[in-house]
Amino acid sequence: MLLLDFIRYHQHLTGTKIGCREGDCGACTVLLGELKTELNQESALNYRSVTSCLTPLGNVQGKHVVSIEGINMQELNPIQKAMSDESATQCGFCTPGFIMSLSGFCLSRKEPSPENAIASVDGNICRCTGYKSIERAVACVSDLLKTRDNTEPALFAAEQKILPAYFSGIRERLLKMEAYEFSGKEGSNARFVGGGTDLYVQKHDEMTHASIRFMLEDQSLKGIEIADNKCILGASSTVTDFGENPALQSYFPELKAYIKLISSTPIRNIATIAGNFVNASPIGDLTIFFLALETELELSDGKNVRTIPLRKFHTGYKQLDKRPEEFITRLWFELPFPNSKFNFEKVSKRTHLDIASVNSALSLQLENDAQGNEIISKALLSAGGVGPTPVFLEKTAAFLKGKTPDESLIIDIIKIAQTEIKPISDARGTEVYKRLLLSQLIKAHFLKFFPQLKAEALL
Amino acid sequence: MKNIDSFNHVRGESRYLDDIPLIQGTLFGVALGASVAHGIIKKLDLSEALALEGIVRIFTDKDITGENQIGGIVPDEPLLADHHVHFSGMPIAFVVAETEEIAREALKKIKVEIEALPVITDPREAQAKGELIVPPRTFRIGDTDAAWQDCAYVFEGKADTNGQEHLYIETQGAYAVPLENGVIKVYSSTQGPTAVQRAVCKVLGVPMHQIEVDVTRLGGGFGGKEDQANTWAALCALATHVLKKPVKYSLHRMEDMAMTGKRHPYSTDFKIGLSRELKILAYEATFFQNAGAAADLSPAVLERTLFHSVNTYFIPNVRVTGNSCRTNLPPNTAFRGFGGPQGMFVIEAAIVKAAESIGVEAAQIQRINLNKTGDEFHYGQIAQSESQACWEKALEIYGFDQMKEAVGAFNKANLLHKKGLALMPVCFGISFTNTMMNHARSLVHVYSDGSVNVSTGAVEMGQGVNTKILQVAAQVFSLNADKIRINSTNTFRIANTSPSAASATADLNGKATLIACTEILKRLKKVASDELKIDAKEIELKNELVLAGGAETGLDWKRLVALAFMKRVALSEHGHYATPEIHFDKTKEKGHPFAYHVYGTAITEVTIDCLRGTYEVDAVKVVHDFGTSMNPVIDKGQIEGGIVQGIGWMTLEELIYDKEGKLKSNALSTYKVPDIYAVPKKIEIDFLQTEQDNLAIFRSKAVGEPPLMYGIGAYFALRNAVKAFNPAAELPFDAPMTAEKVLLGLYAGKY
Repeated sequence: MLLLDFIRYHQHLTGTKIGCREGDCGACTVLLGELKTELNQESALNYRSVTSCLTPLGNVQGKHVVSIEGINMQELNPIQKAMSDESATQCGFCTPGFIMSLSGFCLSRKEPSPENAIASVDGNICRCTGYKSIERAVACVSDLLKTRDNTEPALFAAEQKILPAYFSGIRERLLKMEAYEFSGKEGSNARFVGGGTDLYVQKHDEMTHASIRFMLEDQSLKGIEIADNKCILGASSTVTDFGENPALQSYFPELKAYIKLISSTPIRNIATIAGNFVNASPIGDLTIFFLALETELELSDGKNVRTIPLRKFHTGYKQLDKRPEEFITRLWFELPFPNSKFNFEKVSKRTHLDIASVNSALSLQLENDAQGNEIISKALLSAGGVGPTPVFLEKTAAFLKGKTPDESLIIDIIKIAQTEIKPISDARGTEVYKRLLLSQLIKAHFLKFFPQLKAEALL
Repeated sequence: MKNIDSFNHVRGESRYLDDIPLIQGTLFGVALGASVAHGIIKKLDLSEALALEGIVRIFTDKDITGENQIGGIVPDEPLLADHHVHFSGMPIAFVVAETEEIAREALKKIKVEIEALPVITDPREAQAKGELIVPPRTFRIGDTDAAWQDCAYVFEGKADTNGQEHLYIETQGAYAVPLENGVIKVYSSTQGPTAVQRAVCKVLGVPMHQIEVDVTRLGGGFGGKEDQANTWAALCALATHVLKKPVKYSLHRMEDMAMTGKRHPYSTDFKIGLSRELKILAYEATFFQNAGAAADLSPAVLERTLFHSVNTYFIPNVRVTGNSCRTNLPPNTAFRGFGGPQGMFVIEAAIVKAAESIGVEAAQIQRINLNKTGDEFHYGQIAQSESQACWEKALEIYGFDQMKEAVGAFNKANLLHKKGLALMPVCFGISFTNTMMNHARSLVHVYSDGSVNVSTGAVEMGQGVNTKILQVAAQVFSLNADKIRINSTNTFRIANTSPSAASATADLNGKATLIACTEILKRLKKVASDELKIDAKEIELKNELVLAGGAETGLDWKRLVALAFMKRVALSEHGHYATPEIHFDKTKEKGHPFAYHVYGTAITEVTIDCLRGTYEVDAVKVVHDFGTSMNPVIDKGQIEGGIVQGIGWMTLEELIYDKEGKLKSNALSTYKVPDIYAVPKKIEIDFLQTEQDNLAIFRSKAVGEPPLMYGIGAYFALRNAVKAFNPAAELPFDAPMTAEKVLLGLYAGKY
């Protein structure tokens, strides 16, 4: 059962709304609070917004579920007051979702800037207001947190009467709850579920009565480790875990900007990286991202473990080199060197919370040749939306090796890239468009890496 | 005054259809939609589905107790397909089960064999094959045939606009509950409670007094729940009628998107002629409206297209013809603007075509041809115009000349980004174009304790109409808002209502409320006059006190009401309002169809990324003719929301049907409406306050639909930005301007 149905039809709490049942509107947003031990020594209370329509009840075990009813007080709380005062609610149907996303923001450790506050509602669609009134309300909400020091956000919110007083006791209550352990009784044909953000969209009905093995909270699949120039990610690391990792942010200075292009806050909060690989979409943003990092996957069937390059994982449209009983346990990639460059590009119909028309990642390693010219010693180029599987552009990348990055090289490799792709016309764009777009994204990679290149020669 | 619902909205305590607590024994219905767009049902095998435990009944056309017909304007739409399927998603059967899950399980077990017939998705093809919903209509003024000879310039072209999914966040649905004596109460998420009542009665074969339709509020409507709420209400009510059990159906998003009609796509041929001085002397347009498989509201939508086909320009010679073309798409329907936006897009495209061909700026042609008071529209009404006032004020207060210069300088200095600018003037007529629909009633009760209850035919769907009606009662009685309640919209309280549509709901229902309250006030003043022995003319109610000649009398509202009650004075009134002055003669296509027009001008500035083809709207700056706004907060919200919805239609919202008539953009993952990052960075709205008398409630002009058309400016601004990068590009007038079209335009002729 999904959390949304449980809340509405079993608990009869109707403030949480149903808009799309596929994580694309945010009307069903609720908060999940849990104690996280990895953040520092003392376990920290951590809240995240999630779309309850894609959250199986199994992923809620041991967590504090907050629906809009759980943040109501006698009077409007200041978040609600801001939304009401700014007339940021018209028909009202999307409003509880916005309120919950903003509550999640008040409970998060994010710097309380207006930009971050806006980002917290990036998964909420409103069809009435045109968002300007919501922007005004959101600015008021970020102001509420200005005086917060190092107080735990939930305590601060309770003290400041932003949220009900009971939030100050949640930590204690969670500590008393027993840790979730796998029963191991799911059976051999159990379906693996990570965050469920793709599975419950694609195969909602199939999942209703399926035996499920929940992976998201399996601690053995969690964690991000950086050692020996290698980044090792547990397969159940979420996109948020990845994007918010300070070490990775330093290796990928634009990581936050890339992540912002990938789905929305509540989806990223539960979507796992391995899930993006396994759902085998030819356009999976993270798959494209990790392909250009020569990522290796570790698979296990519970007994035997094997590794396989991500590049070899997708064998055909929605086909994987993976037996049904196997699941991804870990993945790793070499961290960018000081003399290497990485860029991720994505264009979709709507810039945010949309599936790419074409996406692409390029990483380059550079060195100086005997004459002191900068040459490309290694290149890895990936693209999505241009074939039945995520594409690793092998020939294009090979051609780059040993070359000096200049305008004519880019023109040349675009021609090679065009021979390596087979886009089809669909709801994300026509074949002609996708071909042109990939060429443009390749240019964009190079113009970002080498601003001295003459753009006019490329257009 | 902010929206009276906002307190409950932000607490999640407002009640929508799916939130109504269920009565024990409620059954759940789900409709089975056709999987092909056109064909003959050869076999419909329900046996496997019926064998499922928990299935109560599966309804097909044969189970309909009345008429299998829900067509509003033209009786051409069966509720459930008989043997002929006309569009993909057309309801074929209605499964009723003990749980929703079982009902959905049963859907998959129904076996339907349909022999496919040829599918038409293109309105021009339909017209060529004689597939018209109603005969074509032509509006004309002057003599275009003669006028072409006087034109220094004549241009012809084609302009297309795609449809638009309403995407109300609350999907469609209904909940039918049996009462005594065969009466059925239908909770419906509808803009037209009476339309639902009529449709249910026809399908069930019962008189209207048997069917109570009740609407508390909608989670968005935008026209999509004007006539298209009928289907679900009729299906649930049919099941309730037969089974004597409560039956509910709340559609899933993909069902809603697949089964319901949308804004009409149009394809249009135009011809425009101008004098040397850029006066538009003649304009012709032939509209091909993609009506879908049944009439629904298409003829009325087409009529409004013809009314608004010259937008806010005075053109002495006009001939515009509309074809409502029957295709195999779901029946397209009302959507904010109701055909007006589609008409306006074409005249704007024609002006741009002329401007680009002549080598002048479009704004030059627009400005010269704005109408003024006294000008005659092609349908005979004489303009009371604020067109030039809005335009000139917008240019002045927003510094349009400086904006233009800045954009020029930016484009000169930047290769990878280009800016575009466009002006969009708007003129929109207020009233149902079907004159007989322009009436409304309001039932006002003053209770003996002084509290007040108001019922009208207005449906609250976020537009704030309940707040405005409350303001009317509060103002007439001079009461605090907390003394007044606005009831749900209910066909047993208010009969024979027009739908909440045409931007006219607050005017019509507000005026009816004004009439009712004024009548009660008159009686109360008489009571006070008798009691105080002071001439009734001297009596005034102010801030809940009874004043005589401006002085306190010791009487207050509560005591006055109690007194009136004791004196057996009627404290209830049923007010009726019918818009005066309006008329229209369809045989001549002339008359005075609108109570008044709303005017405005928007300046839109965009920036495109010339490498990636993506874009942002920098600003939309508007001068809007509000008359005298009775609620600036709500009205501003309507403008902002309308602009963004219009921009969505013109930019990223793309309906995609394949050749087989199947909707490809059938979910929120493939149909993208604006999110918080997609909206203009800045929206500025200036209120043009006018002192002219008008027929609006408290002279506060209607605001629901007009702002949507400001969004058309975004299309032309994007076009200008693309042209700044690639002046040679030949860009068809084909909205929406998606990122794909921008990129292909930027590199047209280059790849």
